[in-house]
Amino acid sequence: MNVQSPPGKLKARDFATDQEVRWCPGCGDYAILKAVQNTLAELEADPKNTVFVSGIGCAARFPYYMETYGFHTIHGRSPAVATGVKLSNPKLDVWVVGGDGDMLSIGGNHTMHAIRRNIDVQLLLFNNQIYGLTKGQYSPTSKIGTRSPSTPMGSIDNPVSAAQFALGVGGTFISRSTDILVKHLSSVLKRAHGHRGTSFVEIFQNCIVYNDGVFKHFTEKSVQDEMQIHVEHGQPLLFGKDKSKGLVLNMEEMRLEAVTLGEDGITEADIAVHDETNRSLATMLAQMDPPIMPVALGVLYCESAPTYDSSVHAQIEHARKDGEGDLTKLLHGGQTWTVE
Amino acid sequence: MSEVAAIDRPNENRQEIESAVVRFAGDSGDGMQLTGSHFTMTAAIEGNDLSTFPDFPAEIRAPAGTTFGVSAFQINFGARKIMTSGDQLDVLVVMNPAALITNLADVKPGGIVIADSGAFTDRNLTKAGYTESPLENDSLEGYRLVKIDMSRLTVEAVKEFGLSNKEGLRSKNMWALGLIYWMYGRKRQASVDWLKTKFAKMPEIANANIAALNAGHAFGETAEMPAELGTFEVERAQIEPGVYRTITGAESVSFGLLAGSQLAGLNISFCSYPITPASALLHHLARMKNFGVVTFQAEDEIAAATAALGASYAGSLGITSSSGPGIALKMEAIGLAIGTELPMVIVNSQRAGPSTGLPTKTEQSDLYQAVFGRNADAPMPVISVSTPSDGYDVAIEAIRIATKYMTPVMVLTDGYITNASEPWLIPNPSTYERFDVEFRTDPENFHPFLRDDKTLARPWVKPGTPELMHRIGGIERSYDTGHISYDPDNHQKMTDVRAAKINGIADDIPEQEVEAGAAGGKLAVVGWGSTYGPINRAVNNMRDDGYDVSQIHLRYIWPLPRNLEELLKTYDQVLVAEMNTGQLRTLLRAEYLVPAEGLNKVNGKPFLIGELEDAIRIRLEK
Ligand SMILES: Cc1ncc(C[n+]2csc(CCOP(=O)(O)OP(=O)(O)O)c2C)c(N)n1
Ligand code: SF4
Ligand SMILES: [Mg+2]
Repeated sequence: MNVQSPPGKLKARDFATDQEVRWCPGCGDYAILKAVQNTLAELEADPKNTVFVSGIGCAARFPYYMETYGFHTIHGRSPAVATGVKLSNPKLDVWVVGGDGDMLSIGGNHTMHAIRRNIDVQLLLFNNQIYGLTKGQYSPTSKIGTRSPSTPMGSIDNPVSAAQFALGVGGTFISRSTDILVKHLSSVLKRAHGHRGTSFVEIFQNCIVYNDGVFKHFTEKSVQDEMQIHVEHGQPLLFGKDKSKGLVLNMEEMRLEAVTLGEDGITEADIAVHDETNRSLATMLAQMDPPIMPVALGVLYCESAPTYDSSVHAQIEHARKDGEGDLTKLLHGGQTWTVE
Repeated sequence: MSEVAAIDRPNENRQEIESAVVRFAGDSGDGMQLTGSHFTMTAAIEGNDLSTFPDFPAEIRAPAGTTFGVSAFQINFGARKIMTSGDQLDVLVVMNPAALITNLADVKPGGIVIADSGAFTDRNLTKAGYTESPLENDSLEGYRLVKIDMSRLTVEAVKEFGLSNKEGLRSKNMWALGLIYWMYGRKRQASVDWLKTKFAKMPEIANANIAALNAGHAFGETAEMPAELGTFEVERAQIEPGVYRTITGAESVSFGLLAGSQLAGLNISFCSYPITPASALLHHLARMKNFGVVTFQAEDEIAAATAALGASYAGSLGITSSSGPGIALKMEAIGLAIGTELPMVIVNSQRAGPSTGLPTKTEQSDLYQAVFGRNADAPMPVISVSTPSDGYDVAIEAIRIATKYMTPVMVLTDGYITNASEPWLIPNPSTYERFDVEFRTDPENFHPFLRDDKTLARPWVKPGTPELMHRIGGIERSYDTGHISYDPDNHQKMTDVRAAKINGIADDIPEQEVEAGAAGGKLAVVGWGSTYGPINRAVNNMRDDGYDVSQIHLRYIWPLPRNLEELLKTYDQVLVAEMNTGQLRTLLRAEYLVPAEGLNKVNGKPFLIGELEDAIRIRLEK
């Protein structure tokens, strides 16, 4: 996050490049691109101080479509590249974009370390539970049983939960949204941008070609209200049509349960209130899965902590307290002798 | 003896010698590195030229008394120019049986072996693999053996300071140092001063060490040493006047990187992941924060290389460093640097391989990896460090080339150079020509792959610059617009221009000179990197003996100097000496179709001068 100096009001379209967007028609990435462009316009972001860094994948094509600085790098390494960008110039406003394969398979290690170091970037993970660019192999977020060219009889390995992973490695900002929730996504992106540190945003994204409808059990209009809960700090954890359902904390079993207001004497007073500074609660929210529980969207967790890049530069400033280093002095350090 | 009786007697009847090679060897805990560095400091102060080589065990805390826990420090010092740390030992000091068994083979016939007999206990003998004490049978007959119970003498010497037996024994290395100081007529003052400063807060430790040092010296002086052993005098060497220090290869490269970044007007982002023997660079640079140096210990080498590249993208000088296995992990990122044409410096401290190989042993076997080791046509400049102090100029040159040509540059150094040290005439940084980077700020007709007519380099733009927003990446870029392009003809053009850019650097580096001897003749010995010292000494020795042999030593491995082909073809024979199975030889043959032969070895040790002399003799006498 950085204070931007507005270069005169820009519109969403001012953040679009003249390059032809090459995603498949109907791909969820289009909606995310729009949402990001809108958000930057609303935030009055300064394109010259904004950098998009990505790895490889369909999602990772993102920087080519943003009229900002952009670096499309190599598969899985974008969090490390972005770390270098921030170490070099902490003033830049850096967004990292990638897919589930990019950031959790080949680049899982870098994602972990960027998050645990709390590098000040926004890290957007477009989770389509598939390898789009390489034509549809299953990914580390694919559900067991996913049939793909490399798993014709169905995948057999356990998927990773992106949000739980990010929480587990000590993330300071963990959030979720979907490609089609235009407003919600935009508000989450704004919160992410405002947070200092690694702002992790998992965006459920539909790959219409290789994994169409994997999220429809909670994104489709007909089930959306019952199968999504939009969490907000300080607000009761209510969901469902007319907010008639909610989450209560079962203290004996230390888990969340979905309840209906009015049934079994449940009143709004019984409903748990979202506290985004509570990592245990965030973890429980991140664990929820349909159909028994709704999917938790919004800012699951947010805490303020020093960022790695600012701490690195603070040490440098500290070391310079007694003056800038002198190369000649350094070369003459230690034992010297004179030959006449 | 009390306090500092560091009064040194005049040299009576000392035998004058031109140079000597001494090795201190003992258990890791015996303080051999410190002993060696003291002897080095004193030799330097007394005006000798010198070269040193420390040999550490691979294990961090090897069990005491074992052969794999032996730590040694070798110094070659002389009244003439010293080119190597020495083939064979004149004096070997051993602090236990394991040190004897692992080092004896390097002592020259009739050389002096000084052993701490107090450490030759049954237990230590067994650990070293001796069935009976070599000090008591005739196994050391070919050497001049001096048995001294240094352990007991040290404990006695430090008794008055109230230390425990164990603490007292720690000063054993100083006792040995005192004795060797006496042998070579060296002053003790510098060591005494050092001990006093180092242990200012623990005066009893300082005094005990000084007492041990003096006791060792007195032992020699009071004629308790066998008379036939003799004492020696090594005169001052003819050395260029100026202020000197000793410097290791790791230090010179780190200083050079800092100096080069200042000449370019850039900040350094040094990103690395620990690996022997490259870690020393990270450690040195991590202490340069007051120069604005950013160091980053990444999660792995891939992250180190990509973070360095990210830093370069953002306008700093990204540098990464590793050894062979780590360099392998960086290659995809280096390919991206080549494709996106961003500057970056990669320092490879080579070690023996493949895979983990011998992490603490030196080798020059990453030349192929440096020149050829990437997917696709991905040319990159490669330059090499020849001596411990050479790293300074080589690092500066790497930065000059990287920034002027917008390219990654690989610096090849090795485990030997990294750890070895030599005296260095400290340069004056202000005498170096600046090569300030000019970042592009002009939006007029800008695109990111516009090229400079002469260098073919593209512009470097810092994110944050108004009106120059652009995207770059690994997908092929259009020659005309810089946008991504899948056009095969454009790929041909871009591949050609990337190659032409790197080849063109040959016009911006010095022509190859003949290091020793003359252009043309019967035999040229060609080398690169750390073989410089032994080749130089061997070629000069052989020339003194009337052989027609010359030395050609390459700093620039890729592109090669433009006159090299012509130069090589002026010799009847070309012999490429390298610590690998023939990598530079292959390169020279492939480039020039010269019938170069190889002299190759990979036993973890630098070439001996004698080995090279033999190879030269065979070729010129057949
Ligand atoms: C080193 C390397 N290995 C493999 C690939 C091939 N590859 C490109 S993208 C990709 C996976 C993409 O999946 P994801 O990150 O989920 O992105 P999506 O296309 O689904 O948006 C793979 C395996 C590559 N480009 N580089
Ligand atoms: S393959 Fe899937 S993720 Fe990739 S562009 Fe097409 S729809 Fe989108
Ligand atoms: Mg994917």
